[in-house]
Amino acid sequence: MIDAVTKKLAFSHLWVAFGAFLLACFMGEYQVLERSGFIPAIESSAVYFASVSTHGVLMAFVLTTFFIMGFGYVVATTSLKQRIWNPQWAWAGFGISLFGTVLAAIPLLTGKASVLYTFYPPIIGHWMFYFGATLLIVGSWLWCVIMIMMMREWKQANPGAPVPLAMFATVGNALLWLWTSAGVALEVLFQLIPMALGWMDTLDPGLARTLFAWTLHPIVYFWLIPAYIAFYVFVPKQAGGYLFSDEIARAAFVVLIVFALPIGFHHLYMDPEQAKGWKLLHGVGTFVVSLPTFITGFTVIASLEIAGRLRGGKGLFGWIGSLPWRNPMVLSVILALLMLILGGFGGLVNASYAMNAMIHNTAWVPGHFHLIFAGTTVIMYFAIAYYLWPIMADKPLFSKDLALVQLWTWFIGMTILTTPWHVLGLLGQPRRISGVEYNSLLTLAWDPYELAMIFGGLVMLGSACLFVYNLAMTHRSQEVFEGEIEYAEPIHPVTDLPEYLNDFTLWNKVIAGLMAVSFGVPILQFFFMKTFGSSAWGF
Amino acid sequence: MHIDPLEKKWAYATVGIAGLFVGIILIDALFHGINAPSNVETIDSASLHLSEEFDEDNLGVQLDENGNITIRMVAGRYGFYPKHITVPADTSLTFRWVSMDVLHGVHMPMTNMSTMIVPGYVAQVTTTLPKPGEYPLLCDEYCGIGHDHMWSNVSVVAKEHWTALAISTSKGRQDND
Repeated sequence: MIDAVTKKLAFSHLWVAFGAFLLACFMGEYQVLERSGFIPAIESSAVYFASVSTHGVLMAFVLTTFFIMGFGYVVATTSLKQRIWNPQWAWAGFGISLFGTVLAAIPLLTGKASVLYTFYPPIIGHWMFYFGATLLIVGSWLWCVIMIMMMREWKQANPGAPVPLAMFATVGNALLWLWTSAGVALEVLFQLIPMALGWMDTLDPGLARTLFAWTLHPIVYFWLIPAYIAFYVFVPKQAGGYLFSDEIARAAFVVLIVFALPIGFHHLYMDPEQAKGWKLLHGVGTFVVSLPTFITGFTVIASLEIAGRLRGGKGLFGWIGSLPWRNPMVLSVILALLMLILGGFGGLVNASYAMNAMIHNTAWVPGHFHLIFAGTTVIMYFAIAYYLWPIMADKPLFSKDLALVQLWTWFIGMTILTTPWHVLGLLGQPRRISGVEYNSLLTLAWDPYELAMIFGGLVMLGSACLFVYNLAMTHRSQEVFEGEIEYAEPIHPVTDLPEYLNDFTLWNKVIAGLMAVSFGVPILQFFFMKTFGSSAWGF
Repeated sequence: MHIDPLEKKWAYATVGIAGLFVGIILIDALFHGINAPSNVETIDSASLHLSEEFDEDNLGVQLDENGNITIRMVAGRYGFYPKHITVPADTSLTFRWVSMDVLHGVHMPMTNMSTMIVPGYVAQVTTTLPKPGEYPLLCDEYCGIGHDHMWSNVSVVAKEHWTALAISTSKGRQDND
């Protein structure tokens, strides 16, 4: 049973997340249309860049943060069987984050903060935008504290027992987020806000980019971890089987969390303010963080195979056909893994220090992260929502068939959208342009791909509407549904778990050490060398 | 703690895959000198016109007495200056980029001539362009509402053709249309 407080908290968070998501989907479709240049009437770079900035903030900050908080409360209360620690704090966190979102939305929507969600100083937007973004993050810090406190309480009540895997990963994600958000918080508090308010005359964009790179890689793992949690703790059960290994899942989460942090310079490969040795170090770390994803792929597929064989699947591949493809969670994981394999391949190109020069800041990059984030990650957000909604609303899902159509169309739309996007990058199209103004024959090759992208985006927009419609209609149902959240059992029960796979104290120290090594000198160098600040610019 | 033998094998295999990639990257970087632009050199972007190196007369393609070619370029809203340069194919070229205002990026499509141009820093790229032809230089980082309009041109000409054209002892020679 999920208690009433948790239900209310979770629904509030998840509806903010999915409301922001739907709005941002409309903006996304407008953006592919505008940038194609096929409809002269809607051409406006001012509107386009305001829209891109808002789309980025809504998808990357609002959808993710609110979804992760809401889902975290459900995981904490159901896996630990505890009440929420300090619900007033939880509501305060929700309120602060929501207020921050509204505060940031005002300058974004009125075109006063078209600085993209990655900020790009010395271009400076309206101070309200930075203020709002900061509050959104500060609110989420309260959630982090609540997750950590709940795990601590549980461990005190159950000394020596293994913390449930779902909660172990959720608390790991909370710690990851505290570490992750520190970088951007330093940039916003000490550079952007003082600059936007006119308290400071110049700032060093090199330092700003270094601090943002601190945040920019692990933030992606903050978004991804809920999807991995679903892979490990929901999928095996929904498929009708068992989790292949609980211990290895913990190890994968630990490596993911520890090595997500000290590797942000792969976003700065092409930057002049950091030396090649540091970039190489971060580059090597980037390949280390691919290991837990390889392991996750193995464990999830092995768990699916067990389920398939238990359901009567035979032969080398026969188990795939006997999986319950009509279960939204199972369908989602299959589609998510397909997109992860393709996206992972693109990621290897980006991570490769030398090859990256060919595709850096081309259309390839948004193609890549839409496939990995809006594909793999968001499709699992859908799956989690379809799973939680009936249990939390005590009403059956409005339509399971519609849910299956929605998941398939999201996948198909994503394929149609991102394949040409990657190709455009290889054909040299830069990302972040609102139209093609170059007087070059090269651009003639771009048009057919733009057309395909518009179509792919349209399919995805339809899919997004179906998703929100299905959830909204579920609330209106008159029928009653009774269900509980079921966590997958491992094949081998966890008996003797080493403390380092049941606690994060050691890993916090490891992270502190790795961060000091990989970011210490690169940040301090700005205070030791002669640098020249930049004054603020409009956009 | 229980680890399945299959899982162990897969773990070794993945370490092998990642190790292979890391090995290739390290060999390229350490032995073949293939590195991203990373010279960590600062400059005052607000007074480029007063700096000797990036004074207007000194921009563009220069051949020094040792036969090295250096191309000095200023990025600013909305263009890369000089707006057109001509360089030889199959020759090592050192580009030195600076910004006079905000953050920019520059990419010559189909080549690895790519770098971010961060105000306050000199971005240096050394590369060889194998194929002659007309190439655009595109700004690949959002730099303001006019970002779409930020581009310039490069003509890459056959090596033999270029030498005759550009050998000159006068400093500050520009190849500007």
